[in-house]
Amino acid sequence: MPQLTLVQAINSTLAHEMQRDDRVVLLGEDVGLNGGVFRVTEGLQARFGKDRVVDTPLDESGIMGSAIGLAIGGMRPIPEIQFEGFLGPAYDQLVNHAARMRTRTRGAITVPMTVRIPVGGGIHAPELHSDSPEAIYAHSPGLKVVMPSTPYDAKGLLLAAIRDPDPVIYFEPKRVYRSFREEVPDEDYTIEIGKAKVVSEGTDITVVTWGAPVFQCLGALDNLPEDVSVELIDLRTIYPIDIETIAQSVQKTGRCVVVHEAPKTAGMGAEISSLIQEHCFLHLEAPVQRCTGFDTIMPYYKLELDYLPETPRIQKAIEECLAY
Amino acid sequence: MPKKVVYEASIEHLQILDEDGKLDAKLAKDTITDEQVVYLYEQMSICRQFDEIAFKLQRSGRMGTYPQNKGQEANAVGAGLALQKGKDWLVPCYRENAALFMHGLPMHYILLHWMGDERGNQIPEGCLMTPISIPIGTQMLHATGIAWAAKLRAEDRVVATFFGDGATSEGDFHGAMNFATVMQAPVIFYCQNNQWAISVPREIQMNSATVAQKALAYDMPTIQIDGNDIFATFKATRDAAKRAREGGGPSFIEAVTYRLGDHTTADDARRYRDQAEVDAWLSKDPLIRTRKYMEGKGLWSDKRQTDLEERAKRIVEEVARTALEIEDPTPADFFDHMYAELPADLARQRETMRTSSLGLSPDQPGLKTQPQRA
Ligand SMILES: Cc1ncc(C[n+]2csc(CCOP(=O)(O)OP(=O)(O)O)c2C)c(N)n1
Ligand SMILES: [Mg+2]
Repeated sequence: MPQLTLVQAINSTLAHEMQRDDRVVLLGEDVGLNGGVFRVTEGLQARFGKDRVVDTPLDESGIMGSAIGLAIGGMRPIPEIQFEGFLGPAYDQLVNHAARMRTRTRGAITVPMTVRIPVGGGIHAPELHSDSPEAIYAHSPGLKVVMPSTPYDAKGLLLAAIRDPDPVIYFEPKRVYRSFREEVPDEDYTIEIGKAKVVSEGTDITVVTWGAPVFQCLGALDNLPEDVSVELIDLRTIYPIDIETIAQSVQKTGRCVVVHEAPKTAGMGAEISSLIQEHCFLHLEAPVQRCTGFDTIMPYYKLELDYLPETPRIQKAIEECLAY
Repeated sequence: MPKKVVYEASIEHLQILDEDGKLDAKLAKDTITDEQVVYLYEQMSICRQFDEIAFKLQRSGRMGTYPQNKGQEANAVGAGLALQKGKDWLVPCYRENAALFMHGLPMHYILLHWMGDERGNQIPEGCLMTPISIPIGTQMLHATGIAWAAKLRAEDRVVATFFGDGATSEGDFHGAMNFATVMQAPVIFYCQNNQWAISVPREIQMNSATVAQKALAYDMPTIQIDGNDIFATFKATRDAAKRAREGGGPSFIEAVTYRLGDHTTADDARRYRDQAEVDAWLSKDPLIRTRKYMEGKGLWSDKRQTDLEERAKRIVEEVARTALEIEDPTPADFFDHMYAELPADLARQRETMRTSSLGLSPDQPGLKTQPQRA
């Protein structure tokens, strides 16, 4: 089994599915000859040709809107938006069309496409290259939103997303792109959209997170005293959310900290703590804590680690929640 | 009924100083004086050195991504000179450093910006410019709006916005062009067509033979110029500004130039373009041809060149030192400019940012004093 980084896992999975299904086309800025600015699509144009790996004009609305048309026209488009900060021009197409086409046409027209978008901070990138907008899209009915944090999950979720009959936003945490390798089987496998993963089992407290902060949380777990037993959940899918896994865990532990990079207000942490009080009210030993980005603009990179939920802050949140 | 032609147009190309440093004296009349040529050459040279030092800072890990201006400097300096400092607005992208410097922006601010320090976006009192614009194509609409405001307020002001060939693919570009003509706003659309948008060449970016012709759709006066020729960049901008000041509305300039470096320090252009193409453009370098011209006119000497190189190096080294010596921003920095007045919850987040209870003050009722559950 090959040992792959997240970038390599996504790359090989795209190739796998393009080989299997000739309706799959990639389109976006610099995805062709250059292989994408993160090299996620490296070598794919050489292998599958310019009709299937398409360097588009610099126009996110054009990319998204024409991907919708490609999907309606019988293709399985995988548009890439170069960075999450440039979703703005595509928002109209995504939310007002991709998300609603099935409903508007009572199922006659559907939009099976997977939108790939690098996301999140921590890589010293320029302005607008470090945001975490997952809640905005989770809040847009009609879209599914996933964010793998490991190469193995990246493959399974990507295949599930491409084969899904509805539009899926596939966020790729750039901080994890090359941070480690793991075994990714060559065979075809999918990971069900809507299923979280218990990364480590525990009984004292539940930590819910997704994307790059999974690793900051693991760091916090390492720093906690031996006798603290933490259940760490990697959500993997932001919407539809796996409340069963979260509720089962919190009913056991009675305590929960939600960790995400996005701002606090109206972030996914708000939704998750609300779901927890709906499902676990009588089991709770402490208020659900949120350890998130602040309600500010994501700062330029000199201050990004002060903004992001890094290990010490997560550790503190866990300790506070335990001490409550 | 026979069909008839209802619209016809053509695009002119303007070059005044050619690659060999030969000047078309007729076209050059009433453009820039010898003194100004020397001044622009100096500004371009300093900007080139500035790129060098920024590149070094990036390579030595002291700066994040940086987009070099190398090869395109004639645009920023020509336009910068044609516009009136403190009166006209600059609404830039990120390859117009020299124009920003000429209009009063402290040079180290640009370094700070790319060093991940938002204080690099400060605009000093009296400088009329917006900060570097990261989302491609978005700033042109602001330029249109600023120009529209000047018109509404009957101010004698022109706005120039700068953007790349790639930017003309964005919807905002077309919105800005349409608004500008409909409102007859005094704005200059200055496209630095450097042939590439990261790895995407102009031929893939658009089907149009020229960028300049895009303005025809909006009935906007438009011209294509040699963007490596300081006479042409100055003249085109000056003429457009004059038209705008006289109530003639917006103008479009397509400056044909070339990005001699990588897109940014995060890019490797060898992956997608031939060295032969780069080499062909090296000989069209605006610095080389301006120098040839100055030498031909006896305005320049090897001694002056050496002196300038030394001076430019000293200037940018000093600028880099200034940027590096500035103390890092404190975390409060990203709260303090969020609103005119910080909302209470945000103020609490600022206070408690080192603790987990985001936005909850330690003595908040219900947090620690909640009655025990039975
Ligand atoms: C809206 C948006 N989409 C994508 C990007 C990523 N990006 C940065 S620069 C660039 C190419 C810009 O090309 P062009 O407009 O020709 O300007 P140049 O860099 O060549 O000066 C791209 C795609 C961005 N910054 N903003
Ligand atoms: Mg360009």
